[in-house]
Amino acid sequence: MLTQDYFELFGVEPGFEVDAERLMHRYRELQKVLHPDRYVNASDQERHLAMQQAAQVNDGYQTLKDPLSRARYLLTQRGIEEAPEQATIRDVDFLEEQMELRETLAEIRSDADPQGSIFHFLAALNAKEKAYISQLSAAFAEADEAALNEAGALVQRLRFVRRLQQEAEAIEEELL
Amino acid sequence: MAYSDKVMDHYENPRNVGSFEKGDDSVGTGMVGAPACGDVMKLQIKVDEDGVISDARFKTYGCGSAIASSSLLTEWVKGKTLQEATEIKNTDIAEELALPPVKVHCSVLAEDAVKAAIADYQAKHHGESGKKEKE
Repeated sequence: MLTQDYFELFGVEPGFEVDAERLMHRYRELQKVLHPDRYVNASDQERHLAMQQAAQVNDGYQTLKDPLSRARYLLTQRGIEEAPEQATIRDVDFLEEQMELRETLAEIRSDADPQGSIFHFLAALNAKEKAYISQLSAAFAEADEAALNEAGALVQRLRFVRRLQQEAEAIEEELL
Repeated sequence: MAYSDKVMDHYENPRNVGSFEKGDDSVGTGMVGAPACGDVMKLQIKVDEDGVISDARFKTYGCGSAIASSSLLTEWVKGKTLQEATEIKNTDIAEELALPPVKVHCSVLAEDAVKAAIADYQAKHHGESGKKEKE
């Protein structure tokens, strides 16, 4: 059986900062070991187990590779329960900023230079994402209860930013 | 996803879109967001001297169900006292719009938005709300 702990599985230090190269290297190694070609002559049971493990390795890699899902995974590991999917937030300043960004994006197609505008919009959004990620890194380094709660709030903000990025990228694609 | 006729109607002809002056004493503003889907909703109520909601506005960035939920709610709160408006449940909205289970959270967002708007109005009128509100 493989370990259930993704950090252990990939042999990287548990924490928000992960060695991306080591993570990818170990991922490829595990993929090779669990490749279906190696199980052609194995029993059904062994083949089935290898398939399950390969799926687990994929999940683990996707989880640790992305800073947002890595942060969510770390918070769960540290015993911070994630708010239920229906939970809403009332952080007025943050939401007002989100509202303004949505308004800008909604009107971007009618700009004089929509391609230029969407380029700058996405650049600003990516800078915002980076800023939240470095704040997350600082919060996880601190690691006391207040810092972990702060990390939870940052995760929620990052989810809004990700959603906006998806919408902006869809518009960018449309404008190309 | 197939939307119900009522959702489509509110989505295509949203009622009471827009905003009131946030600083206005007779206005309560509710701003809420759902991290799971990235939806952002602003719902504002205008309250008259008798503590009755005389008008409402909304602005929602989100899916059709979120837009329909807030649009419907602005119609429902008009003519209600603040107390009556707090009693509107998300399940009433979900039922009226025939929202599928995966979209019920949109009605939760709308209920939270109106509650936040009422709380904002009450915070502005702290200490005088007792004589202004109808029981």
